[in-house]
Parts: sequence; structure tokens; C-alpha cells
Amino acid sequence: MKAKRIIVGLLLLLLFLSGCSQGQNRGEVVNIYNWGSYIDKDLLRKFEEETGITVIYSNFNTNEDMYVKLKSGGTNYDVVVPSDYMIERLIKDGMLRKINWQNVPNIKYVDAEYLNHVYDPHQEYSAPFFWGTLGIIYNTTLVDDVVDSWGILWDEKYSREIIMLDSSRDSLGIALKYLGYSMNSVDSGEMEQAKELLEKQYPLVYAYLVDQTRDVMINAEAALAVIYSGDAMDALSNNEDLEYIIPKEGSNLWFDAMVIPAGSKNPENAEAFINFMLSPENAAQNSEFVYYSIPSSAAKELLEEELRDSEVAYPPKNKLKELEVFRDPGPFIKVYDDLWQDVKNQ
Amino acid sequence: MSKFIKRFYLFLVYGFLYAPIIVLIIFSFNEGRTRGSWDGFSLIWYKKLFSDKEILSAVYHTFLVASITTVVSTIIGVLGAIGISPYRKKLRAAILGINQIPVLNPDIVMAVGLMVLYRILGLDFGLVTLILAHIAFTVPYVVLSVLPKLKQMPSSLPEAAMDLGATPSQTLTKVIIPYIKPGIFSGALMAFTLSIDDFVISFFTTGNGIETVSTLVFSMARRGINPEINALSAIMFIIVLFLLVLMNLRTEKVT
Repeated sequence: MKAKRIIVGLLLLLLFLSGCSQGQNRGEVVNIYNWGSYIDKDLLRKFEEETGITVIYSNFNTNEDMYVKLKSGGTNYDVVVPSDYMIERLIKDGMLRKINWQNVPNIKYVDAEYLNHVYDPHQEYSAPFFWGTLGIIYNTTLVDDVVDSWGILWDEKYSREIIMLDSSRDSLGIALKYLGYSMNSVDSGEMEQAKELLEKQYPLVYAYLVDQTRDVMINAEAALAVIYSGDAMDALSNNEDLEYIIPKEGSNLWFDAMVIPAGSKNPENAEAFINFMLSPENAAQNSEFVYYSIPSSAAKELLEEELRDSEVAYPPKNKLKELEVFRDPGPFIKVYDDLWQDVKNQ
Repeated sequence: MSKFIKRFYLFLVYGFLYAPIIVLIIFSFNEGRTRGSWDGFSLIWYKKLFSDKEILSAVYHTFLVASITTVVSTIIGVLGAIGISPYRKKLRAAILGINQIPVLNPDIVMAVGLMVLYRILGLDFGLVTLILAHIAFTVPYVVLSVLPKLKQMPSSLPEAAMDLGATPSQTLTKVIIPYIKPGIFSGALMAFTLSIDDFVISFFTTGNGIETVSTLVFSMARRGINPEINALSAIMFIIVLFLLVLMNLRTEKVT
């Protein structure tokens, strides 16, 4: 009979535990779905204290994961933070709700350069969260040439010292840019040329990585790497020999922005949260935690010097005009993925 | 010489098995956050781990789901096994075959299937769907670990109990269950570890702020895995080691 008592006891304990966890979710809530490690958690506590709205928080790892979850339903997210091309697709699919800017006065702190980009041309659905560029990080003790072009990634001098991004859009985009085409090409001939260029580069590449690039460069295991500006900032603060540049042929400019899914049950709370995150003080606090660039000069002024004056995080504004934002290629994405598989499988 | 080779082989096997865990534990004491460079000894990640609400809530959800799953699927599985065992051979084989499909099936099929099913039923993803999914995929394992014990039990045993005046429910609790206890125990342990381990099914059946350790770690991949996870893994490894030693000591005493 002892066993029975233990089981009954366990069941009661579990009922109690599950009761506890559900009890927290009553009242006003805002359900947020963001990239992993993309927010300073203290800000969530601050938001809860200021507004009395409880935050439910989940993470995703890729735009595509997020899309699957949102599309399949069964989730009640109020604020999601996808990237530019994914926002374009979500708008096309009618999965987003227009933001009522009257409830989000802090949008005024966002600079004009970061608004009305191709993914949301009239800024109806999204509020920029972070932005960044794609460029080359290199170790000055291992590279003695001037690095200003994507071409250095094809220089045989640095054979087995080059790290490329393991991402079809980014890597083919670099090759397209180097050839003088658009990163958003949907022309089979241009794509074929880009693929051949990458195949030629294959023997020179040390590794195709994404998130390990930062560590590899800090440890000086490679000379050159393609990297996002946010990771570059992080790497530069850990190793003084590193430099970051945006090649002269142009590159990618990306945004992660806050949007409200069409199915949101608490759109007012979502707007309150977006407004909270856009306030200069909170945006700056978040940027100092995540290291990515914020789309607001007012917020930028509040940053620590090292971050504020960095040309890595904040390249001169005239430079931004030469950069391209990714578009949603629709079904043509399959061509990108197939060609990229061909490059990596040779 | 052959002794040396034997030893070396053993060393190699255990080396490959344990090297990653040892590296992880060592780096959980690293002061810096980069992998591969040692910046000095510190307990900073342990300290941060215990003040990181997100990770702690993921740990809480993981163990909550695992505990409920273990209790429920053990009860269902044991009763199921007892129900199946007296069937005719052919029927039993058929039922067991159906029971084994989820075991052999790739997780992803089960995961997507459950996701679609929950949508059709109109259930919102969260703790409830997560627990239901875990129960669904662990029950067959409990059945499989209990059945051999039931087969070992002579059918005359419950018959004798009932001949001597025990009611069917008394026979179940006083004769059958004590006899198959080791099977129940290993089934429950299996359900518990499978539930803690699972990523694929959890990933597709959770949502709305409920994360387990595995889904949380996965979502960290883009920005680099937080070293707090090293500390958490080290703690979990030590706990499992401790439980294992405890269990071995106990069985040694019994035999």
C-alpha cells in the first residue's frame, strides 16, 4: 500500500505544481516570440512593473522555424521579431496586423534611414528592433593586403584561411554582388555564374560556419571570415587584431523588426510592448546587452562610447544607401538552396 | 601486448564517450564566454545560471513534464501490458505490432502528426499539448519493459491468489504488481529519461512561452550557446551520476 500512497502523493504534488504555473498566466498578458538571446531579460521585468502586463516569452532559432509555428496555428503570439524578407512574406500571406501608430508614439525616435524599406514599404506592419550589415572580418596580423573588396575571398594567398557563411542567401548573395549583380537576383544565368564562382572558391575555404565564426576569429584560427556586424562587434571587443569592413561592391543590410500577428489576442498590449522597446532608454539598454545596432540616434546617444562610436556597428549613413535589403524570393528560394547544395557537395 | 591493446581499446571507447562531457564540465568553470580559450577559473556561470529566470523556468518545465509523463504513462502502460498478456498469441502479436510502430517510427513523423492532430482538435500549444505528446510517445516503452516480466510470471500465481479468496483488485495490487515491480521501475525510468531527452516532439508540440531545456538550447544556437548551459549540463550530469551510483548500491544490497 506504500506504493499507492506514494503515487497518490506524487499526483497531488503534480496537480499543485501545474496549478501554480497556470495561476501566473491570468490577467493581462503579452505573448512574445523572439530570437534566442536577443533581449535583456531585465527589460521584460521592467515592462511588467511599469504596465502590470505579464510577459510570456518564447524563443526561435530561424525565421523558417518561426514561420512554421505561426502558420500552423495553435499559438497566440502578440509580438514576433522576424527578419526583413520574412516580414515581406508574412505580409503577402496576410498573417500580420497593421500597427496602430497612435498607440506607439515612440516610433518618432526611429531615424528615417531605417523606415519604409522594401519589406514594409509604407511602415504599416513593423517597428525596427535591430539592424546590421554583412561584411568581412579579418585578422591584421595574418592579412597584409588592403581589404576592401569581396575579391579577397578568392585570393589564393589565403587558401584554407577563409571562412564562409553556411547560408544559401548570404553566400550566393556575396558572389552575385562581386559579379556586379543584385543580391536579390532571380535570373538563372546570373545565379549559374555565382554558383561557378563559389565552386571555384571551394578549395580555398577553411570551413562553412554560422555561429562559430566569432569564436574561430577570436582564437585567430583563420585569417578572413564573412560575418554579421553584430557578431563582428562582439569579436572585435575580444581580440584587438581584428577589423571589420563592408566591401565596396556593396553588401546586405538586414533588419529584425517587431510585428503583430493577425491572430493576436492582445494587440493593445503588443503595441504597449513595441512602444516600450522603442523608447531610447530601453533600446540602448538592450543594445548594450545584445551588441547589435539600434535604429535610433536618440537611443544611440545613450550608449557606451565603445559601442556608440564604432563604425562596425554604425557605418557612415551614406554607406547604408549602397546596401541591399533581402527580398522574399518566393518559390525561387528553391533555386538558391539547390545551387548552394551543389557548391557544398562537390 | 594483447593486454595493452585491450586496455587501449577500452580507453579509446570511453575516451570518445566521455571526452565531450569532460570538456563541457571543464569549460563550465571558464571565466570567458568563448569556447576553446581558457581565461581562468571562476564560478560566474553557475552564479548566473541560478539567477537566469528563463533557464530555470525551462528546467522547471522539463522536470514537470517528465514527472507527470512518467506517472501517467507508467499507469497506462502497466495496465495495458496486464491487459494484453492473456490474449491469444495472434491477437497479442497484432496489438504488440501496433504498439511498436511509434517506437520504430522516426520522431519527426510522430511530432508533425501530433502537431496536426492538436490543430484539428483546436488545442492551443502549451503545457497540456506537451504533456499529452510525451505521454503518447512514452507509453509503448513502458508496455515493452513490463511485458517480459508478465511473461515470466506463471499464470497459476494470480489463479492461486484468487482461489485463496483474493478479489481481482487485491490480486492485481498484492500479487501481480509486486511481481512485475522491476519491470515497472525500469519502464518508469525509461519514460522519465526519454521525456527529458526529447527535442523533436517537444519542439513541434509546445508554444506560447513553454520551453524545455532542449528547445531553449536549440533557440540559442544563432547567437552562440550561453555558457550557463555548460554549467546546467554539468549539474545534470552530476545528478544522473549520483542517481546511478545510488541505484547500483541499492541493487547490490538486494542481491
